[in-house]
Amino acid sequence: MLSIKNLKAEIEGKEILKGIDLEVKAGEVHAIMGPNGSGKSTLSSVLAGREEYEVTEGEVTFNGKNILDLAPEVRAREGLFLAFQYPVEIPGVSNINFLKTALNEIRTYNGQEPMEAKDFLALIKEKQKLVELDGKLANRSVNEGFSGGEKKRNEIFQMAILNPKLAILDETDSGLDIDALKIVANGVNQLKSKDNATIVITHYQRLLDYIVPDFVHILYQGRIVKSGGKELALELEAKGYDEIKKQFETV
Amino acid sequence: MNIIDQKISTTQFVSEQLNKYAEKVNFTPDTALIEALHYLEEKGIPNNKHEDYKYCNIEGILKKEFKGIDNKYTAISAASANKYKVVEDCINVFIINGKFSAELSDVSKLPKGLTITAIAGAEKSLLVKHVSQYAAANTDAFIALNTAYGGNGVAVHVEEGNSIKEAIHIINLVSAEGNVFSNVRNLVVAEKNTSLSLIETFETIDLSGKYFTNHLTEVILEEQAIMDSYRIQNECDQAYQVNTTQVHQHKNSNYTTNTYTFNGALVRNNLNVVIDGQQAEAHLNGLFIAKGQQLVDNHTLVDHQQPNCNSNELYKGIITGKATAVFNGKIYVRKDAQKTNAYQSSKNILLSDDGTINTKPQLEIYADDVKCSHGTSTGKIDEEAMFYLKSRGIGEENAKRLLMHAFAGEVVEKVKIESLKNYLEELITVNLK
Ligand SMILES: Nc1ncnc2c1ncn2[C@@H]1O[C@H](COP(=O)(O)OP(=O)(O)O)[C@@H](O)[C@H]1O
Ligand SMILES: [Mg+2]
Repeated sequence: MLSIKNLKAEIEGKEILKGIDLEVKAGEVHAIMGPNGSGKSTLSSVLAGREEYEVTEGEVTFNGKNILDLAPEVRAREGLFLAFQYPVEIPGVSNINFLKTALNEIRTYNGQEPMEAKDFLALIKEKQKLVELDGKLANRSVNEGFSGGEKKRNEIFQMAILNPKLAILDETDSGLDIDALKIVANGVNQLKSKDNATIVITHYQRLLDYIVPDFVHILYQGRIVKSGGKELALELEAKGYDEIKKQFETV
Repeated sequence: MNIIDQKISTTQFVSEQLNKYAEKVNFTPDTALIEALHYLEEKGIPNNKHEDYKYCNIEGILKKEFKGIDNKYTAISAASANKYKVVEDCINVFIINGKFSAELSDVSKLPKGLTITAIAGAEKSLLVKHVSQYAAANTDAFIALNTAYGGNGVAVHVEEGNSIKEAIHIINLVSAEGNVFSNVRNLVVAEKNTSLSLIETFETIDLSGKYFTNHLTEVILEEQAIMDSYRIQNECDQAYQVNTTQVHQHKNSNYTTNTYTFNGALVRNNLNVVIDGQQAEAHLNGLFIAKGQQLVDNHTLVDHQQPNCNSNELYKGIITGKATAVFNGKIYVRKDAQKTNAYQSSKNILLSDDGTINTKPQLEIYADDVKCSHGTSTGKIDEEAMFYLKSRGIGEENAKRLLMHAFAGEVVEKVKIESLKNYLEELITVNLK
């Protein structure tokens, strides 16, 4: 589904991603872990198409298409979804209107008719329940005045509505208490199918108790320095990042 | 067609043409008329050397675009006029080619206490009491031109103690071949303890040349009068408009006005509000979308002459293409106007590199116990928000539209008439394309 080969990217002349290789197949859950500043958010931004980052080398194919040349909205319509580490507030744009516009643009791209208002409202209701998002929040401006936890739940809510093929969750767990974490994890798990895939980016192994990964990768200084099964996360938790840093630090 | 003679000035040329085509309807007092002619002779139509018209060289525009004026208006059928009745449950009043049309307007059975007529046909005592008492012909060339050659707009009169439930919608339509120039004059008098809503729209039906309209409306709010008003400017790109609204507020009155400017080659608004009574309130809101080669110039003045009054002003602008926009907001707080609260805010978004916005707040405060503030900001579109929207599959155009609607929302939210609000939302969508 997603194939990343030797991906290098820089921002303001500073190389952040220094050759990433990653294969994700349908039905899989991958976790990417790593200390702060190792390039996890950069990787997700580059995949989502943020223009500030310059890809200097490598390729990324998604469903067989080279996506590096595609605009961010086209990537999204192809089925890529990024749950942001820091979702932005957009005062004046209602969550509902925003989601309806997004869903219908995706549907149009895929040759489907725009969704009937009635069906859309039913979908909203259903998915709201899934992430236990207060109905009032759905009617408010996008993320405006939301608490940290509400913003994260809103990301998963959007994901549930847009039903992507590949979801990248960038530290969706950070700042969540254990109850909120369970809700988010539960939402993700219920949306999982054999046709879609998830990349869970996290700093802590805690989330992985609830979203069980098939593969764990450790990203450090712009490279995947180690990959393994779910036990790698536990190992990392036990030893801490210092071990990794010592072992792989390049100056 | 009459061509500007190199030897005479633009003002002289325009005055001669207007004199030729003006209907001789006499409702301005002689003293004002004399003042007007004097002012025109002495000062003339302003160019960019005039401080108040620094970015709005109207003399230059007239010289370049109106080399000839022939006032060949064409008729507008009821069917095509009726398309502009966009507000539900209101009293529609038409000003066709610069003249009030009783025939097309719903003025036969008006609610109790409300009179709407051609201005020249208004009660003599009303005219004597108010016309030219507020808009001084010796202060501005367009007031002077209108005073000297002002044509037959409407007079709206609400008698003491009446609340007019239905909104009054004045629809200004123009259809012409060749170049036309008209002066439209209106009068709105709300007596003691009254309320009204007034919507003015400005649209073009058909045009092969260019047209210039110089509107002047005097608004008088007596004690305890409440007025909620809207101006929607959406003419074609060969239309030039100067629109002066001179408001005079008495004790306990409440004036709200919302100016929406979407289209027109030139739109210059002079909105002057004089607060001449205690405990009065004025709210001035504006939204403009300036694009292409448009010049949109909003000049506002709130003149606090009495103590214990509030004024609040919010103007928002979206500038794109090669458009130029101006916001100049003056607030005077006179010596006696203690305990004044006056706020002003102007926020703008520049969507293109070639667009320009000039903002100038001007506060002149002569009282010491007042609360006044002003703020102005000009920014670009929020790229973070754009990326967020795009990352959900929303394309550039829709993403921009959502963000610009959100930006405009603060001003549109204030619209109290639902069908008007919907119409405005539509116009915003169309004009952001
Ligand atoms: N906009 C930016 N400008 C300059 N440096 C940046 C920018 N964004 C990220 N970086 C740098 O890139 C590195 C990786 O950051 P990031 O991808 O956010 O790491 P992580 O998500 O793993 O914590 C850090 O050293 C950070 O300082
Ligand atoms: Mg990060």
